[in-house]
Amino acid sequence: MITLIGGAAILTVVLFLVVRSFSAQIAQQSQDNVLGASARSILDAAVIRDGQVEVDFPYASFSMLSTPSDDRIFYVIYQDDKVLSGYHDLPLPTLLDDPDTKFLTNSYLDETVRQAVVSRQLVGAGLRTRITVSVAQTQENFAGTLARISRNALIFGAGFFCLSLLLALWTTSATIGPLRRLANSVAQRGPKDLRPIAKPVPSEMAPLVSSLNTLMGRLGQSLNQSEEFIAEAAHRVRTPLATVRSHAEATLHRVDKEDNRNALKAMIRAIDESSRAAGQLLDHAMITFRADHLERHEVDFAALVDDVIDRLNPIAEMKDVEFTTRGDRPIIVSGDPILLQNAVRNLIDNALKYSPSESEIAVELRAAPSPRLILQDQGPGFVPEEIETLSMRFTRGRNAQGTVGSGLGLAIAQDVAMAHGGALVLENRKEEGACVTFSL
Amino acid sequence: MRYVFTLILLMSATLAGAADWEDQQVFNPGDGRQVLRVISNTDTSVFLPILEGYLAKNPDVSIAYFVASSQEVYERFRNAPEQFDLVISSAMDLQLKLVNDGFAQRVENVPHPSWAQWRESLFGFTREPAAIVINRDAFSGLAIPRSRQELIEILRAHPDRFRARAGTYDIRQSGLGYLFATQDARASETYWRLMEVMGSLQARLYCCSGDMIDDLASGKLAVSYNVLESYVSARTDIPETIQVILPSDFPTTMMRTVFVAREAPSFQQAIDFVKYLSATTLRGPDLDRFALPALGMGANLGAQSTITLDPGLMIFLDDLKRRTFIAEWENAVIQ
Ligand SMILES: Nc1ncnc2c1ncn2[C@@H]1O[C@H](COP(=O)(O)OP(=O)(O)O)[C@@H](O)[C@H]1O
Ligand SMILES: [Mg+2]
Repeated sequence: MITLIGGAAILTVVLFLVVRSFSAQIAQQSQDNVLGASARSILDAAVIRDGQVEVDFPYASFSMLSTPSDDRIFYVIYQDDKVLSGYHDLPLPTLLDDPDTKFLTNSYLDETVRQAVVSRQLVGAGLRTRITVSVAQTQENFAGTLARISRNALIFGAGFFCLSLLLALWTTSATIGPLRRLANSVAQRGPKDLRPIAKPVPSEMAPLVSSLNTLMGRLGQSLNQSEEFIAEAAHRVRTPLATVRSHAEATLHRVDKEDNRNALKAMIRAIDESSRAAGQLLDHAMITFRADHLERHEVDFAALVDDVIDRLNPIAEMKDVEFTTRGDRPIIVSGDPILLQNAVRNLIDNALKYSPSESEIAVELRAAPSPRLILQDQGPGFVPEEIETLSMRFTRGRNAQGTVGSGLGLAIAQDVAMAHGGALVLENRKEEGACVTFSL
Repeated sequence: MRYVFTLILLMSATLAGAADWEDQQVFNPGDGRQVLRVISNTDTSVFLPILEGYLAKNPDVSIAYFVASSQEVYERFRNAPEQFDLVISSAMDLQLKLVNDGFAQRVENVPHPSWAQWRESLFGFTREPAAIVINRDAFSGLAIPRSRQELIEILRAHPDRFRARAGTYDIRQSGLGYLFATQDARASETYWRLMEVMGSLQARLYCCSGDMIDDLASGKLAVSYNVLESYVSARTDIPETIQVILPSDFPTTMMRTVFVAREAPSFQQAIDFVKYLSATTLRGPDLDRFALPALGMGANLGAQSTITLDPGLMIFLDDLKRRTFIAEWENAVIQ
């Protein structure tokens, strides 16, 4: 922008100077032409008559010099070194034998004058003499013309400058505008939004956008690859673990010695834990992957929660925990059912895990202000100092010692909620127990 | 007339030396008054109404008015430019030369027509045609000539009647006569033929219009050429038989001009005077005071009919040109 304006300013000044000096030249030229013609018309009138020089020059010699500014004129006629008539003290250059008209700028009577000088050899009967004529004129009209030209050139230059300024403003806004919009749209993107930029941009910016898109494409690809790798790894671990677990259970039936049985039981628990962790890793990977391109369907969120509770009921019955479900239904939401299911399962799983036996888990469903699930258990609740960090990956609470888990459950639930434009809020109820609000 | 005093000036000892003037008067004198010194070739009586008009508006100024012939106005002013504030003359060429040579100062923003001014310095304020003036008594039985050509024919046809009874300016003495002669010669060859005819009739030569009119009135002259029409009309003491003829072939009309001297001691008063003069001659309320043909009269005639204020006027002031022209004139007129 500054460069453009500076450039326009320099160009304007150059333009002004060029136009001015060029027109000054032309104006001077035209004054010279008239002065030359005047001096020559006087010189041409010089004749030798009866051995004497006579110069009967025409009226036009001077009236042709008439200008709108009424410039003053001065002249002098020399015969060799003697002044014949005119202004005796008008300065004159020493002329060489030069048939051309000479022009010079001089000072006379406190004024700057432009002067033309011509000279000619006169040959008469028995007389050979040189006549020199000089005509000078003040430069008021010339100065006026120059001032007028300068003013016009100035107006022209100013117009030119304004125009280039406007042009510069327009160009920059045309360039900067899309660039800024592009920057904004990139800045406003979610951390995992790696979709290519599809907004139309000026053709000059197309290479930038296309390389940005390529970069994001590659980034997305490598992210996907690592997610896929994790999923693959988890899967590869889970399958052999299942095999090991079935072998260990079979062995447990066959072993009688209490020590060995205990060792085997511990082993089975460890295997469960690992495979759970692997499962959750797998889920997490899947969620991060799917969150980028949600497959939205119309689903009944309440029915989906019922379904999860049904599935987990056997575990609840083992602990003598009872679900009390209430709230609005159906709650039709547009979302990814697999992710929702996963999130809800992890939350209810937590509630079950941290609830004491013979307790109650209150499941509340609300359609407003946004679709949400509120889970209230009668367990120990969250450790207050940890509440901020629990939703981070692989973060477990102090109260989780002795329970099986990987620290991914809340992270999954939070990711899913956020992918649907909602949030996961953890609180402790005044009485006892954790309260988790999963909203969409 | 109450502020008009005609005095023999005590000041004349310091003013322009002890030069003898055709006339010199001080109007509205008074101690401590700013004195506007005017050098002019216009008769005091003709210019008086204008001076009075100015003094009526500026009662605290006194005017010293000096009269000389146009050639003398030029020379005296040129020799002592600091002694005068205003220069008035009918010799346009001499006035223009003085301005060209830097003796004038500009008077800016005068709403004066551009054809009647030069360099915002020299202002023409009258339009006075040169005329053929005859005494009808001498033309009894003859047609009245309407142009130079007709005058030539009549003079040629009646040499005895007009011998020594035709008059014109002696252009060697009169600046105005020289201006008229050169302008006539520029316009047409007829001028030279008229001069030859007048020369062959032993024409009388005059320094001034006044003398020519006197001789016409007395019957000494039958006809005179290039007399200022305005001077004839201004005269009340001349017989009925004097008739003014504006030649129909081409008019030669002079503008009386004024400029403010560059070193004018009372330049402010001088500038005011020029503005007053310009306003009056154009269409001012004091126009009826104007004893001279004002510029504004018949303004539609415009610039064409007057001698142009341009540098060409200086041509015939050139020594060589003047020498040649006067030689030619003498050749024709003095036989
Ligand atoms: N319902 C709950 N009651 C008390 N603490 C809970 C509850 N749910 C989660 N927590 C705390 O949050 C932590 C993180 O939970 P989560 O991410 O599901 O991991 P995990 O369940 O595998 O430990 C748990 O370790 C636990 O300390
Ligand atoms: Mg958990």
